[in-house]
Amino acid sequence: MEDHFIELRNISKSYGKVSALNRVDFHIKYEPEIVSLIGDNGAGKSTLIKIISGVHSPDVGDIFIRGIKVDHWSVTRAREAGIETVYQDRALVLQQTIARNIFMGREKTSKLGFVKSKLQFTEAERLMRTIGFTSKVFAADSVVARLSGGERQGVAIARALYFKADLMILDEPTTALSLTESEKVFDFIRRAKENGTSCIFISHNIYHAYDVAERFVVLDRGKVVLETDKEHTTAEKLVKDLQEIAHNDRTRSTAEDTSEGGENDAPE
Amino acid sequence: MTLLNKQPSGLEIAGIQATEPRPRKTILDFLDRHRRSLSAFLVFVVMMLIFMVFAPSVFLSTEIYEAVFTSLPIRIILVLPLVFVIVSGEIDLSFVSAMTVSLWAFAATAEAGWNPFLSLFLALIVGAAIGLANGWLVTRMGLSSMVATLGMSFLLRGLVLGFTEAIYIPLKFLQDTTFYNLFVGQIGSLPGQMIWALVCAIIAVALFNYHKFGSWISCVGDNEESSREMGIYVRRTKTMAFVYMGLGAAFAGVMSGLIYKTFWPRSGDPGELLLAILASAFIGGTPTWGGVGTVVGAIFGSFTIRFIETGVIAVGMTGFWTQLVNGVIILIALASHKLHDPRLRY
Repeated sequence: MEDHFIELRNISKSYGKVSALNRVDFHIKYEPEIVSLIGDNGAGKSTLIKIISGVHSPDVGDIFIRGIKVDHWSVTRAREAGIETVYQDRALVLQQTIARNIFMGREKTSKLGFVKSKLQFTEAERLMRTIGFTSKVFAADSVVARLSGGERQGVAIARALYFKADLMILDEPTTALSLTESEKVFDFIRRAKENGTSCIFISHNIYHAYDVAERFVVLDRGKVVLETDKEHTTAEKLVKDLQEIAHNDRTRSTAEDTSEGGENDAPE
Repeated sequence: MTLLNKQPSGLEIAGIQATEPRPRKTILDFLDRHRRSLSAFLVFVVMMLIFMVFAPSVFLSTEIYEAVFTSLPIRIILVLPLVFVIVSGEIDLSFVSAMTVSLWAFAATAEAGWNPFLSLFLALIVGAAIGLANGWLVTRMGLSSMVATLGMSFLLRGLVLGFTEAIYIPLKFLQDTTFYNLFVGQIGSLPGQMIWALVCAIIAVALFNYHKFGSWISCVGDNEESSREMGIYVRRTKTMAFVYMGLGAAFAGVMSGLIYKTFWPRSGDPGELLLAILASAFIGGTPTWGGVGTVVGAIFGSFTIRFIETGVIAVGMTGFWTQLVNGVIILIALASHKLHDPRLRY
């Protein structure tokens, strides 16, 4: 436990009657690592990262940061602990400027709460250029709604990088991106790790995940069903394992349907 | 690479080299950034030019402006916080009733011998409490702001009428006191309330354009979920907008009591004032969907609406046509905003 930056123990979370996570254990080591969360839709991946980033509280279970149990886990506390999240919807406010998006919720302000707009603008401009914003049309005061999907993703990643994360969480960072843009995102993930930032990312593309990540955690129906790393698996084996899990799911569903059907068909 | 802030950013940690930012200071950028308020200003100027052409004797003399500037400040003080509420993605239909209740609190206590400054303080607390109640209904109970504030409006109005039995309270005894002169005394030919409207406008512009509160209001109205994910206190921000609206309503209420020297529970048509203020915000360039808006534009919107009422009579039409002209100008103004400002959403 001492060598874990964050550890989630025995986490369960339900939405009404639907159980999204069921007694899940998960951790990220101190040593920077890239972990890929894999699983079908509804497996609980998004719920797990929303718990790590403090958006949702678990119904049951404990969260440890650097070995210390934390109570009242929230977005603010997660950020204070050095956890930054790039959400599937990128958590952007589209009608606002790039600068406002980068600093939203953590504006650079004077003591009286007045925003240091010039500073934010300059910082945002630098960030945009450094993450490879090649468009000459847009500046830091451009409205995000006018950017392409890849550029919006760039704004979200720039935000996470700016705030010096120890752990960066990316929820399907390459959805709706071209191959070149996706590659750029993966470069960022690798570069972040080289400089001491761990990453958790969700991707539906197993080959992409295998290419970038070192450790793989597979979720299914709210449970961790497989945990492996690059030393013990190959991309092909990982795909095979996932197919097996999906097959088992289908078999289980059919069995349940049949048994339910059987009960219903039973004569009175 | 040295970034302007002292703490190293993630980029420095990541060893990424920064390049120089592109300068962005052209006149087109300025026009683009302020297109909403400029458009509202343009509508006002064109309308005034038309009035000046068709009724030069009225619109080229100072008397009409003195008359308009007597009641216009009330509208400006009301529309400023309303912009915050609309930009936060909500609406407040109870501020006219909040005005009445706050003025009642002021008038009743001042008549009972309280120091008028203390009565004003009480009125502001009443206004803030109404805002807090609206905020609670919307953010905690999850009610639609349109329905919640409509209900609140009836409730407050019923409360005042029930308790006062529509009996008025004269406030003439305040005339020529320091309190009266401070808020609505004449400064040359300019009514003192115009200065207070200016003070309120400066505060609102500072809050909306330069303060974290304005920034959060815009983010929350733009996308609640994203704002929450980025650590903005969504419910608190929205509630603050309603409280600000309540404070504005209370101040405007006391101001109107001083101007007309009476608290009259059934005075005027509350619906008409409500619609005029809402129209001012929309004409001013604050769209209904939240996330964007302009305080300066709303002030121009208030001018436009107020001058339509006077202008229609001045150009020789009967008062019965005021509403029609109002409607036409509102629609033209909204169409002009629509042309240069397409809705930007997901």
